[in-house]
Amino acid sequence: MKLAYYPGCSLKGTSFEYEVSLLKILEAMGIEVKEIPDWNCCGASAAHSINHNLAIALPARNLAIAEKDGFESVLAPCAACSNRLKNADYELKRDDILKKKITNSLEMPYDSEMSINNMLEFLIGVVGKEKIKSMVKKPLAGLKVASYYGCLLVRPPKVMQFDDPENPVTMDELVSLTGAEPVDYSYKTECCGAINSLSKPDVVMALTGKVLYDAKNHGADVVVVACPLCHSNLDVRQKEIERKYEEKIGLPILFITELLGLSFGINPKDLAIDGHMVAADRVLKKIEELSK
Amino acid sequence: MSRIGVFVCWCGSNIASTVDVEKVREEAAKIPGVVSAVDYKYMCSDPGQNSLRNVIKEKNLTGVVLAACSPHMHENTFRKAAVKEGLNPYFVEIANIREQVSWVHEDKERATAKAVDLMKMMVEKVKRDKPIEDVRVPLNKKALVIGGGISGIQAALDIANGGVEVILVEKEPSIGGRMIQLDETFPTLDCSSCIMTPKMVEVNQHPNIKLYTYSEIEDVSGYIGNFKVKIKKKARSVVEKDCTGCGECWNACPMHKNVKSEFNINLSERTAIYVPFPQAVPLVPVLDRSVCLHFKKGGKCQKCFDACGPKCIDFSMQDEIIEETVGAIVAATGYDLMETSMYGEYGYGKYKDVVSGLQFERLLSASGPTEGVIKRPSDGKTPQTIVFVQCVGSRDPEKGVPYCSKVCCMYTAKHAKLFAHKVHGSQSYVFYIDIRATSKGYEEFVRGTMEQDGAVYLRGRVSKIYEDNGKLIVKGADTLSGNQVEIAADMVVLATGVIPKKGSDKLAQMLGISYDKYGFLTESHPKLRPAESSTAGIFLAGMAQGPRDIPESVVSGSAAASKILGLFSKSEYEVEGTISSVNEATCVACFYCQRVCAYNAISRKEIKDRNGNVVKVVANVNPGLCTGCGACVNACFSKSIDVKGFMDDQIYAEIKSLAV
Repeated sequence: MKLAYYPGCSLKGTSFEYEVSLLKILEAMGIEVKEIPDWNCCGASAAHSINHNLAIALPARNLAIAEKDGFESVLAPCAACSNRLKNADYELKRDDILKKKITNSLEMPYDSEMSINNMLEFLIGVVGKEKIKSMVKKPLAGLKVASYYGCLLVRPPKVMQFDDPENPVTMDELVSLTGAEPVDYSYKTECCGAINSLSKPDVVMALTGKVLYDAKNHGADVVVVACPLCHSNLDVRQKEIERKYEEKIGLPILFITELLGLSFGINPKDLAIDGHMVAADRVLKKIEELSK
Repeated sequence: MSRIGVFVCWCGSNIASTVDVEKVREEAAKIPGVVSAVDYKYMCSDPGQNSLRNVIKEKNLTGVVLAACSPHMHENTFRKAAVKEGLNPYFVEIANIREQVSWVHEDKERATAKAVDLMKMMVEKVKRDKPIEDVRVPLNKKALVIGGGISGIQAALDIANGGVEVILVEKEPSIGGRMIQLDETFPTLDCSSCIMTPKMVEVNQHPNIKLYTYSEIEDVSGYIGNFKVKIKKKARSVVEKDCTGCGECWNACPMHKNVKSEFNINLSERTAIYVPFPQAVPLVPVLDRSVCLHFKKGGKCQKCFDACGPKCIDFSMQDEIIEETVGAIVAATGYDLMETSMYGEYGYGKYKDVVSGLQFERLLSASGPTEGVIKRPSDGKTPQTIVFVQCVGSRDPEKGVPYCSKVCCMYTAKHAKLFAHKVHGSQSYVFYIDIRATSKGYEEFVRGTMEQDGAVYLRGRVSKIYEDNGKLIVKGADTLSGNQVEIAADMVVLATGVIPKKGSDKLAQMLGISYDKYGFLTESHPKLRPAESSTAGIFLAGMAQGPRDIPESVVSGSAAASKILGLFSKSEYEVEGTISSVNEATCVACFYCQRVCAYNAISRKEIKDRNGNVVKVVANVNPGLCTGCGACVNACFSKSIDVKGFMDDQIYAEIKSLAV
């Protein structure tokens, strides 16, 4: 299968660790993905609150290019990107008038026949559990991992068509494959505050704080995510949250791809794990100890 | 030669103000074959009917056309008048110039032209009318009631008390249905079992009622007055007539505490041989072969057999098929509660103390698993704070169903009230969308729960329930104050929505009656024929038709019963003669008609010569089943079926009359 890769802006910037680790594990598994040539912004956050047609046209252009190049499947690791791509595809499939308008303005046809996958869907559905399991060289037995899904991966359910929107389990399944122990806690789909991080940091700290403290109280050593914005809120704001609520958290936030990479025995440096604000040293040390 | 009379009605000013009735009359008089054309202010009045009868007599009419209101209004009136003068009732035709002309048009000239057209069409039709005799069907005066819940019981008792034999079939080991699972009933708080068990016993002892429990309907064929029913009496492994219900067998069963009780909705356990509840009717146990050690371990265990005094345990008992012929059927199949798996955020199934409304009902009940003391399932402690969530599944087109389940507002108010009465100093919270308490005494009841019993009502939905330090944290919105609320509760009760009983759609297909997209059985007319199904002789009752409470279920059971007693008060059932008829000379026996007939009215008929050899096979219409819908007419390739009174030549003549 010819697999397209749509990185989006975060993976080329603030969340470069996500891209590095992602490409590393795919390489380890012998899976080839190709970046969509001349890709553009998916329109997340900004476009769909301003102009509906633009919000569809932006992601549609990326999809149309991928389709023209003969790809059968698109991987969009960023939760917001996959959400926007799926939304565009969903609307174009259902609204012929809109489709005509959009394809006219793009000057490209689009047939809506590719599968669009977020990171978790890709790993479970395209790569497959068996393959991942066979790659685990360094089982993370004893490590307690809280999976944080946030909102965009599963919502709105009828568009995303992925997992149980209120009680998703895909990331926990991936965690189990690495040998680590998934932590059952209450906040795995609660809002992280998203882009309010810039305009209303207090709101974000209150929301994110609940997620982090609950995960910690349930014994998590580390939190894994599959969304750059979730990562940024949980990771970058963590020190501030500790100061505000006067209670230490110290939970490293890893992308699911990084956790998989560690279990594959890949050197943490090659997965860019040293790029996070909350240092993962303690977790890496625990993994080393556990593997002895 | 036709001698047609045309009668144009003014209907006061209803027709005359928009239609030039005189012009219609004049046009009628010009049509060949019309020997009389009159107009009159009110044709349906006694003088109007008398003038109709006089003209029929004087002019020796062969057919009558009334240009008047809809045939739904007065077709019968005019037919009866015509019959009195010796005319076949089907020689009366109506041109509807009120509902289809004067009430819906403004331009008098064009309305008149349309009225003339409609009148002309009917004149051409009546010229080709043939006498039709109504069909009479003999009646087997015995009724079948399917479902032994409150509505089925009510129907069975009413029919039986009317002197008619009844067969009551119940799928479960005991009758009683959902109502016997309930604790106390709103709005009077009388105990459900106290008012239900006398009725159940009455059913069992009634000389006119034959009761089959642990039995299912296997097949239904036939038609009104003559339904052939096959009932599968499942192997109970206990000989009913010998059993005394002493209980030695279930006390001896080693499978105690191993099987979840269906009656208590998994809140307690039962044995392999069991009665679902102590007041079961009949008080005869059932042996559940799927868990019984005798059947699972090759016949070694027979402790119940050894314990049984009258030796009525029969491990070799087989399912039995019983055939009955009945004249009418009541479908009272009841309801189930919705699964809540689509509400992962409420944690039903994950947290033991999140229970359904019916489970809470069992926890309240004196005959329930906790003997009426409210104890939460996880640790048996008595909860101090309970959150009730209404509309779980109901009024939620996204995840559940769009309709209102009707009983949840009331039973939730009852739950909160009983909780306050049983656990003093406790607190309940109720999340609701709207409060629907519209029957007698209902609004006062809900008010009482709020004002006297201190339940806090919050208008909004619950977004999430999770466990934290042994408490259930309920997060929701209070839309009246505009705040988000978080309540730490000991227990949560979900008012899950009502759906039709599992398998009722299959039964409906077997019966040949229609059901809606949710599976609720549909009435012949939602307002005016609420007890009748779309098929003659089959009646509906209870929650099988849609959400309703106990009084309404009782009323619907009685309504079905009175319809059946009315039907059986005559010696024969009369069916309108406008049904399909087959031209046996041209029928080629392709039976395409059989495939399109929704009422199973078409069968194969063999035509034999005098030596008994089959010379031809043709389609045959069962007059008891045919509704005259005409689907077969369209399907027939050889043009061999017509609906009487709507023959092809009549329809063509009507259309031709429009050609100028």
